[in-house]
Amino acid sequence: MHPAFSVIFFTTASGAGYGMLATLGFYAGHDALPQNVWFSITSMVVALGLVTAGLLSSTFHLGHPERAWRAFSQWRTSWLSREGVAALLAYIPACAFGLAWVFPALEWPARILGPLMIPFALGTLFTTAMIYRSLKTIHAWHNKWVVPCYLVLGPMTGAVFVLALSAGFGVTLKFLAAFSGALLAAGLVVKWLYWTFIDSTSAASTPATATGLSGTGPAVDVKSVEWPHTEANYVMKEMGFAVARKHAQKLRGIAIWLGFMVPAILIESSVMLPLPQLSFLAIPAAVLMAVGIVVERWLFFAQARHVVTLFYGAKSA
Amino acid sequence: MAFSAPAEGDGVNTSPVVADEVKTTTCYMCACRCGIKVHLQDGKVRYIQGNRDHPVNKGVLCGKGSAGIMQHYSPARLRKPLKRVGERGSSEFVEIEWDEALEIATKWLSDIRKTDPKKLAFFTGRDQSQSLTGWWANQFGTPNYAAHGGFCSVNMATAGIYTIGGSFWEFGEPDWAHTKYFMMFGVAEDHDSNPIKIGLGKLKARGAKFVSVNPAQTGYSAIADEWIGLRPGTDGLFVLAIVHELLKAGQVDLDYAVKYTNAPWLVYQAPNHANDGLIARDEHNNPLCWDKITNSVTSALRADVTPALTGSFDVNGLKAVPAFQLMAERYSDASYAPEAVAERCGIPASTIKRIAAELAHVAFQETIELPIAWTDWAGRKHDKMIGRPVAMHAMRGISAHSNGFHTCRAIHLLQMLLGTIDVPGGFRYKPPFPRPTPPGPKPAGKNGIKPNEPLGGIPLGFVTGPEDLLLDADNNALRIDKAYTWEHPIASHGLMHMVIANAVKGDPYTIDTLFLYMANMAWNSSMNTRATIDMLTAKHDNGDYKIPHIIYADAYFSETVAYADLVLPDTTYLERWDCISLMDRPISDAEAASDAIRQPVVQPDRDVRPFQTVLLDLGARLMLPGMVNRILKPRYPGGYADYIVNHERATGVGPLAGWRGADGTQHGRGAPNPNQLEAYIANGCFWRGEIPHEAHYYKMANATYLKWAQGMGFLPKAEQIVMQIYCEPLQKFRNAARGHGAIQPPDKDRARIETYFDPLPIWYAPFDEAAVDTTEYPLHALTQRPMHHYHSWGSQNAWLRQITAQNKLFMHREAAAKQNIADDDWVWITSRAGRVKAQVKLVDGVNKNTVWTWNAIGKRKGAWALDPNSPEATRGFLLNHVISETLPDKRSNSDPITGQAAWFDVRVKVERAADHEQNGTDNNFGELHPPPGVHVGPAVLQYGSDFKQAAE
Amino acid sequence: MTSLPDKTDKKLGLVIDLDTCVGCQACVTNCKEWNTGGHMAPLTDLNAYAAEADGVWFNRVHTYEVTGSSACGASTSRTMHFPRSCLHCEKPDCVTVCPTGASYKRTSDGIVLVNEDLCIGCKLCSWACPYGAREFDVFEGVMKKCTLCVDRIYNENLPEEDRVPACVATCPTGARHFGDLGDPNSAVSKLVAERGGVDLMPEMGYAPTNKYLPPRPRKDTATSVPAKELTPVAATGFLGWVDKLLSR
Ligand SMILES: Nc1nc2c(c(=O)[nH]1)N[C@H]1C(S)=C(S)[C@@H](COP(=O)(O)OP(=O)(O)OC[C@H]3O[C@@H](n4cnc5c(=O)[nH]c(N)nc54)[C@H](O)[C@@H]3O)O[C@H]1N2
Ligand SMILES: Nc1nc2c(c(=O)[nH]1)N[C@H]1C(S)=C(S)[C@@H](COP(=O)(O)OP(=O)(O)OC[C@H]3O[C@@H](n4cnc5c(=O)[nH]c(N)nc54)[C@H](O)[C@@H]3O)O[C@H]1N2
Ligand code: SF4
Ligand code: SF4
Ligand code: SF4
Ligand code: SF4
Ligand code: SF4
Ligand SMILES: [Mo]
Repeated sequence: MHPAFSVIFFTTASGAGYGMLATLGFYAGHDALPQNVWFSITSMVVALGLVTAGLLSSTFHLGHPERAWRAFSQWRTSWLSREGVAALLAYIPACAFGLAWVFPALEWPARILGPLMIPFALGTLFTTAMIYRSLKTIHAWHNKWVVPCYLVLGPMTGAVFVLALSAGFGVTLKFLAAFSGALLAAGLVVKWLYWTFIDSTSAASTPATATGLSGTGPAVDVKSVEWPHTEANYVMKEMGFAVARKHAQKLRGIAIWLGFMVPAILIESSVMLPLPQLSFLAIPAAVLMAVGIVVERWLFFAQARHVVTLFYGAKSA
Repeated sequence: MAFSAPAEGDGVNTSPVVADEVKTTTCYMCACRCGIKVHLQDGKVRYIQGNRDHPVNKGVLCGKGSAGIMQHYSPARLRKPLKRVGERGSSEFVEIEWDEALEIATKWLSDIRKTDPKKLAFFTGRDQSQSLTGWWANQFGTPNYAAHGGFCSVNMATAGIYTIGGSFWEFGEPDWAHTKYFMMFGVAEDHDSNPIKIGLGKLKARGAKFVSVNPAQTGYSAIADEWIGLRPGTDGLFVLAIVHELLKAGQVDLDYAVKYTNAPWLVYQAPNHANDGLIARDEHNNPLCWDKITNSVTSALRADVTPALTGSFDVNGLKAVPAFQLMAERYSDASYAPEAVAERCGIPASTIKRIAAELAHVAFQETIELPIAWTDWAGRKHDKMIGRPVAMHAMRGISAHSNGFHTCRAIHLLQMLLGTIDVPGGFRYKPPFPRPTPPGPKPAGKNGIKPNEPLGGIPLGFVTGPEDLLLDADNNALRIDKAYTWEHPIASHGLMHMVIANAVKGDPYTIDTLFLYMANMAWNSSMNTRATIDMLTAKHDNGDYKIPHIIYADAYFSETVAYADLVLPDTTYLERWDCISLMDRPISDAEAASDAIRQPVVQPDRDVRPFQTVLLDLGARLMLPGMVNRILKPRYPGGYADYIVNHERATGVGPLAGWRGADGTQHGRGAPNPNQLEAYIANGCFWRGEIPHEAHYYKMANATYLKWAQGMGFLPKAEQIVMQIYCEPLQKFRNAARGHGAIQPPDKDRARIETYFDPLPIWYAPFDEAAVDTTEYPLHALTQRPMHHYHSWGSQNAWLRQITAQNKLFMHREAAAKQNIADDDWVWITSRAGRVKAQVKLVDGVNKNTVWTWNAIGKRKGAWALDPNSPEATRGFLLNHVISETLPDKRSNSDPITGQAAWFDVRVKVERAADHEQNGTDNNFGELHPPPGVHVGPAVLQYGSDFKQAAE
Repeated sequence: MTSLPDKTDKKLGLVIDLDTCVGCQACVTNCKEWNTGGHMAPLTDLNAYAAEADGVWFNRVHTYEVTGSSACGASTSRTMHFPRSCLHCEKPDCVTVCPTGASYKRTSDGIVLVNEDLCIGCKLCSWACPYGAREFDVFEGVMKKCTLCVDRIYNENLPEEDRVPACVATCPTGARHFGDLGDPNSAVSKLVAERGGVDLMPEMGYAPTNKYLPPRPRKDTATSVPAKELTPVAATGFLGWVDKLLSR
């Protein structure tokens, strides 16, 4: 699939934003959020900013952004519609919580609104994941690892961002480093399992099923001789994007190291080292992770093969 | 039965208005000439639909015809007459008014006509008005006229007309409704585009067997029940091996041979005698046969003879044997056995034998009978029509080889032996065919080419012996293209492909003006394009062009426009009157004679004029006799439409056969009808005159047909047409080569004539192939017509070019593997004549020794109003660059009998290009710049949005 | 809107005969010509006269080489032309994924359409279509697709015999058929039954309405025409055999 920048940015940014909200909500629920106005304001601005920027960017790739509001209407069948609705709904607890947290007078509501925010944040992440998970046409998405990946990677990036902010503001969030490390590990595991899965399996469809010939012989081989048009068309540009295997392996390495390993090492070493300033390592960790996750997300699209490519000469999808 | 609109309630307008006007006319996106209905909205073309009532296409349209809108609104359309101001090829033109353009042309041409009319070479390419253009040349007085036939398929036309009095091409058709076994040789698309497709659909629906003989397994071959992927140029061997098998097994329709062919005609066998090999004739010139009842020699044309097919008889003191025996002896020889040819054809002997057996089985065991009573030429009544349901069709895969004439004859021989010509289930003539074998007239020009006088007749015709050649007393060619000379004696369509080279060389003479119409000679209709371009721009030492004047009539900015001195811009096919005449290339079918018109359905928005009208205007300015009246004023002031209605070639015979006579009630012959065009328009722009039912088959011998055809003016006499297994005119040339007669070939041509003018079909290796080291050039290289492009025209069409903007070289996987060539690699295709770079596509469905590509997709940079970086120029290629126009012995690369250009003889090697060359083709011809008025089309095309807005 | 109807009154669709299609592209360009001025007009072409030309088309024809199919017969492979347009599926995700209701399946005849005025151009439906039948008009920012010529098949301004899809009307070989596949007695349903018409990618579960008739087995074996091997004529030899009385 064509890795459109706006969609990559959307899923990574809003994933991180919802992850932050979930992380903050969790700490709020345990009454473990420090009262540091700048930290609160910044965290909320960053979290909601990421969510909002992501959502806005997702409208950039629309043919008619001005009609985007129509996308809320079909929540009965469409995961994209549900995502829109969920995203919109998530603003309510998120904004309420933010207010409660920023204004100390409202401290106790924050304790309730925080946990309440978690299902909304994770729910939105879930709907995003389901947009991909539900597409039967794309084996790399239509599988059991996609939802776990989104549900782990969102909170993971969110947790690391919160950690980095806390380090920046010099506040301590107990166990968040350990927690982030655990999420990074879990993220790597689900992503690894995802990659193993897509590397070792492919769609049930073949050029023979695509042309309806699967039933006409034991091992029907259908080779593309000529495309309908000699130049690439919309379907091929959108669905036929292919990345060379070697290139993809390299990028996967980058995603693994930058997205998971290096942040985990930096964060965990900051915990073990005596100097508190070293928790500043969380900031570079967050930056590197962001880069790694963008690469991861780029691959999520670039390596996804659509069954329509079977019509255009792909042997499997 | 249509569905009625449901009440869906989704606001969709299921009954929008499609047009405020629907006009019928005839498509001209190719030479098939289908009937169309043009839907017009606000004066713009909304939709083009096939005319259901039309005899050619019966409502369907092909891929091109359906894209007519984009052809009509092409940005490459020329806008106004152009006069060259820069060097040839620079595209530096100024726009001039029509009057000036016509004055220039008149000046050049009247100078020629006054002095030496043959200094005008008028060649008209893909012309559909050859009866006008040929007549114009005749009135002008030049013999130097031809259309594209010489480089197209004159082998088929000539072999057919000299053998069966008809031919493949679009002049005959399989009996789609009855045939049970259909063999197609070397056809990718053909002129009968839609009729063939409609027919194949019928065969498929009926489950008849369809065998395609073709090195490439595309298009029609893809749906064949059997694909015979033979090696190019070997069909003659394949077919004659089938003949061998049939003869050996006695599976021959002897009754048919006796009744309808010259099998019983006696042929002198008298080595060294002037009559050797000629048909024995009586004092009335009737061919003779041996009557087994009276045991005597008698006229073979009599109905009441029982002729011998074998034996040796004494006629006038010479030995004579029936033609049949000569034929049978020749092909019974072991050298024609399947085993002897299998390897050369690349087809197992067992397959050849099986095909022979299948043909025999279907012809003789699955015979069909139609309950149609008919009367033969001798007045004998038959209560039914017997059909041998084997049909054949062949085209350029046969003709575009230098052995194509004989191969085509071999196929006709096979048809005759099976008794399948114009019988139910077989191959059928379309009127005005069958015609005498060969018909008159002879090519004109022999009796002098005189200043200010018309030529004695029409420039192209049919020769029957050396005396008809167009040679002067010193054996020099009278025609610039050397048609009807010892080099190509039976060049019935001329040799358009030799004109430029001969004129530049001054061999046989120089010319003053080259007048071209509708032929892209500076690109895809020339072999060795580079050399042709060089010749068009070649100069004498004094700086004058070797071809002093070039006038070109095109409708679009083709590559050739850049090389003209004067460009006469034509209209598009939707803007003009045209006439698809029976005197030309008719659109008849096997059961009717048809002709048609084009009417202007939209008005030109540019300063262009229909070429035919311009030609008549020019003719009047030149005072050509047929084009001015008694007071020397234009005879057809109303232009081509006027001519179509009022011109008479002979009394009562004009361009259109329908609705003649003052009141429009006569068909075929009749006085001009002033309302004829209205009558055509009222009938959908065509006329179809059905052949009487009892004359639908056996036309060559069917009294009803012969009489009907004579009445229509197709036949001079209602006499039986006898098909020629043995082709005597060839022997006449051969005897001349052997030293007999007054007109003999120069010594350099004797052996060649002796070898190739065999009155029975022969096979020899194609010349270009025989001339090169085939281990160095191991592959055959072919082109095929893409069904959705017409030669070079398609690329200016925004829709058609999207389908194919680049042509690749198709190559067999195994052949590529040997050369380490992978899919999509760029390769050099090298022949003895040059090389060109192409991208390969590996396939299984091609003969292993053959590579091929789509024809005429590659374009010169900048031509056709395409952006210079278009794939047509950067990745597409033209195979013509590696096809030489001459053979190593300096003769033209043509069939020795007809002069047919041998496009498909070229042998090549294919090698992977170096790594740094894996980047596109080597289109190093330089960029053409559009002339005034032509601009690259818009980046965004939203044709149709207006119609939608109007609908809302 | 994007909920699929449980059942449609009719199942209008196409039946495409892969045994007869010669790949002539007539259905392709005729579809383009009709539709660029029709219900989804225009079918925008980008770079129409330059490199990277890319237009909106509702119907496209592929060429394949097939081996191993029973249809191939004795030769190694066969070439197959394969037209591809919207299959007007009974259970298509292209409709259910649509967030706006722009995509819908008609209850009356089963035609799957896009309402351009509602479409936001999110492209998700094209991701959901396994057959590549949805074409995004980049210039107009909306999704377009084969309408089954909804503006033709019921059009009272056209003669009744022309009320079939443009691609069907024009197909020179008669490889395309149109009708109600929900009616077991319709000509198309019978054809499908007779020729073993198939679904494309049945594993997708989209239940396409359009059916494809697979290529029939080739007849390049001795048994397809029950011809006996040819044997030489009588001992007298061929010329002896010829020597019988034949009248003109
Ligand atoms: N390699 C290779 N070369 C071949 C062949 C092959 O098989 N292989 N085939 C050969 C054969 S058979 C043929 S017939 C030739 C065909 O070759 P050409 O005769 O050159 O055919 P076109 O490319 O169609 O060019 C005809 C010209 O007519 C112009 N034209 C189109 N419509 C109109 C109109 O309405 N009015 C006027 N005045 N002009 C118009 C076009 O713009 C174009 O310039 O190619 C030959 N060349
Ligand atoms: N769509 C479309 N239609 C056209 C034209 C066009 O340009 N486009 N051009 C028109 C013109 S001018 C002409 S002349 C006709 C020509 O129509 P066709 O006769 O169909 O001509 P080609 O496309 O040259 O196809 C020749 C076929 O012969 C095969 N072939 C080559 N060599 C051999 C051989 O030795 N033996 C056998 N058995 N087969 C061989 C090739 O593979 C190819 O399939 O088409 C006319 N119709
Ligand atoms: S075959 Fe096609 S292009 Fe040729 S005349 Fe017919 S519809 Fe027009
Ligand atoms: S073919 Fe594609 S666009 Fe058409 S209904 Fe099926 S899924 Fe939808
Ligand atoms: S592109 Fe349009 S039709 Fe397709 S899913 Fe999005 S809104 Fe619906
Ligand atoms: S049904 Fe109409 S819109 Fe659909 S492919 Fe055919 S012509 Fe095009
Ligand atoms: S029009 Fe008919 S034969 Fe031609 S490509 Fe389309 S389906 Fe095939
Ligand atoms: Mo031709």
